Amino acid sequence: MTVETKLSFDKAYVEQFSKKRNEPEWMQKFRLDAIEQAESLEMPKPDKTTIRNWNFTEFNHDFKTGESVSSIQDLPEELRDFFDEKQAPENLIIQRNHSVAYAALNNELKEKGVIFTDIHTAIREHADLVQKYFMTEDGVYVSEHKLTALHAALVNGGVFLYIPENLQIETPIQSIFWQEDPEITLVNHVLVVVDKNSSITYVENYLSHNEEYETVANIVTEVYALDGAKVAYGAVDNFAAATTTYVNRRGIASRDATIDWALGQMNDGNTVSENVTRLVGDNSTSQAKAVSVGRGKQTQNFTSVMHHDGKASDGFILQRGVMTEGSTAILNAIGKIEHGGTKANSEQESRVLMLSEKARGDANPILLIDEDDVTAGHAASVGRVDPLQVYYLKSRGLTEEEAQRLLIHGFLDPVVSQLPIESVKKQLTQVIERKIN
Amino acid sequence: MSGSVLEIKNLHVSIEDKQILKGVDLTIKGGEFHAIMGPNGTGKSTLASAIMGHPLYEITEGSITFNGEDVLEMEVDERARAGLFLAMQYPSEISGVTTSDFLRSAINAKREEGDEIPLMEFIKELDETLDFLEIDKSMATRYLNEGFSGGEKKRNEILQLMLLKPEIGILDEIDSGLDIDALKIVSKGINKLRDENFGTLIITHYQRLLNYITPDYVHVMMQGRVVKSGGPELAKRLEAEGYEWIKEELGIEDETIEQNA
Repeated sequence: MTVETKLSFDKAYVEQFSKKRNEPEWMQKFRLDAIEQAESLEMPKPDKTTIRNWNFTEFNHDFKTGESVSSIQDLPEELRDFFDEKQAPENLIIQRNHSVAYAALNNELKEKGVIFTDIHTAIREHADLVQKYFMTEDGVYVSEHKLTALHAALVNGGVFLYIPENLQIETPIQSIFWQEDPEITLVNHVLVVVDKNSSITYVENYLSHNEEYETVANIVTEVYALDGAKVAYGAVDNFAAATTTYVNRRGIASRDATIDWALGQMNDGNTVSENVTRLVGDNSTSQAKAVSVGRGKQTQNFTSVMHHDGKASDGFILQRGVMTEGSTAILNAIGKIEHGGTKANSEQESRVLMLSEKARGDANPILLIDEDDVTAGHAASVGRVDPLQVYYLKSRGLTEEEAQRLLIHGFLDPVVSQLPIESVKKQLTQVIERKIN
Repeated sequence: MSGSVLEIKNLHVSIEDKQILKGVDLTIKGGEFHAIMGPNGTGKSTLASAIMGHPLYEITEGSITFNGEDVLEMEVDERARAGLFLAMQYPSEISGVTTSDFLRSAINAKREEGDEIPLMEFIKELDETLDFLEIDKSMATRYLNEGFSGGEKKRNEILQLMLLKPEIGILDEIDSGLDIDALKIVSKGINKLRDENFGTLIITHYQRLLNYITPDYVHVMMQGRVVKSGGPELAKRLEAEGYEWIKEELGIEDETIEQNA
């Protein structure tokens, strides 16, 4: 397959791309409508970070097939780290570049109606469900800004996961998005719909290797937890230094539903990350926990939002960032309670630890409340390593480096320990280790 | 190794340009238990911190050697690995790091790479020591010192002392804030270490700790110096008569460092 280089995208390109993918007409129309909007829409404006000079819109776009993987033992070591070595995950999709290289789904789940497939197949075979949930007004919608519209027009990867009603699934469901080709962009869409009273644990990993060639990742995730559903969502992002990333993970929780996030945001390149949970239904709850480690000269902006519409909804944001070398990060936390969201509770905590004189960080707590009968609270701090803690640890024989290492892991532990899969927790710990050494 | 020697000569220490120690001389050998007593504000804790290398204390004159090596040339962690240990009066809280993980890292820091303590051996030793010090097993999985009561922190310091097995242990007011039962347990821990390879410097301003740990030598500090040394009988006399008689004997009006600065 030849690689087509396209640095700007028009209707003709999008039409041709959709045709080549044999997409149904509704999808082609959806993409064409999106590319038209993309031209006039503004870029997103992350609070306190200027992204004017970041390139999110010019890149090589294509659908590139990756070689299939017959056994997970054949994977390179940095991917094998994602699993428990003894046992291949029962429910796993490995996307290599933009195609599925490995797929497994437990038979029993299949028989019960669970759908776990790549987004292209889902668009062709499960149009009713996809059309109902894919980038609608309730989730991440096309016209939010230029990057959501570009995403809709150019999506070239992703998975669709549907869980029917009343299924309690204990075994985790895992995706690995491996951008092996260093030049082509990844426009990845993850759509998760968990129907009434079901529960799942989903974990995903992003990985790329382009240290030099500059490219873009545009990631949108939409998670629907219908009435009474419970979703534990874990992720470790690990895009290489030359990838500029926009990632938007959004959850929509209906009545009595729960969406809990545990995000390891370990990209090495510039990153804008949004994690928004809409607590639409009464008694819906969410905990959004995220860690990040900055290194080199990367700049990152993380915005975590709890949006309370329902009554007695409960949201908690916990963000921790460690900035090393010349890295910069802004941690925005927003608790928004709409009028009518009585008895809602919105709590947040954002903390930044800076390890070098050149590192920069800020924690920006925001509460926007349009209802009287609510509770809310925030905590935020930006600081450096406490020399007395280092002294204490050194006085027990630990070297300066070892003491710092321990303090960093300790600082991130409240989030890391929450990751739902042991092997992913281990893997995140390793990524953290690599980034702080 | 028998015969370790910590030798402090003419030690002058200041903090933020304020002179606190004004010429301390003290020698502690393996197998010896020394107690340093004295009223508050006479420089006892400063001596302990200076030996360990606290970042805020500056040595302006004098020397500290350990087995002939210049301690003042060593980093804090090198001092620890050489065999010095300080049980701190106010240990730091280390959030996110469990007591057990920390202890294992600290034990391994003293060992060669590739010779790390086997996990089962560590757990066994930790369990036994927790039992010995009557500490609830849950402490092992709690974050180090975070949310610990005063008494728990002190016991944790002794737990570390017992597991790290230094040659010289300096105990900075390990008895403050302890009730009598906790005091007995902490003393039991320290007494268990008593052998020819272990020397200790116990800093206290109450004589009551010395009812449970009998020192070989007792020193009294005033005005940033050791002003009197003796045997265990000196501690007894201090308990019975207080410090006034020493002040009279030496013609000291104000024993704190303030006056003489």
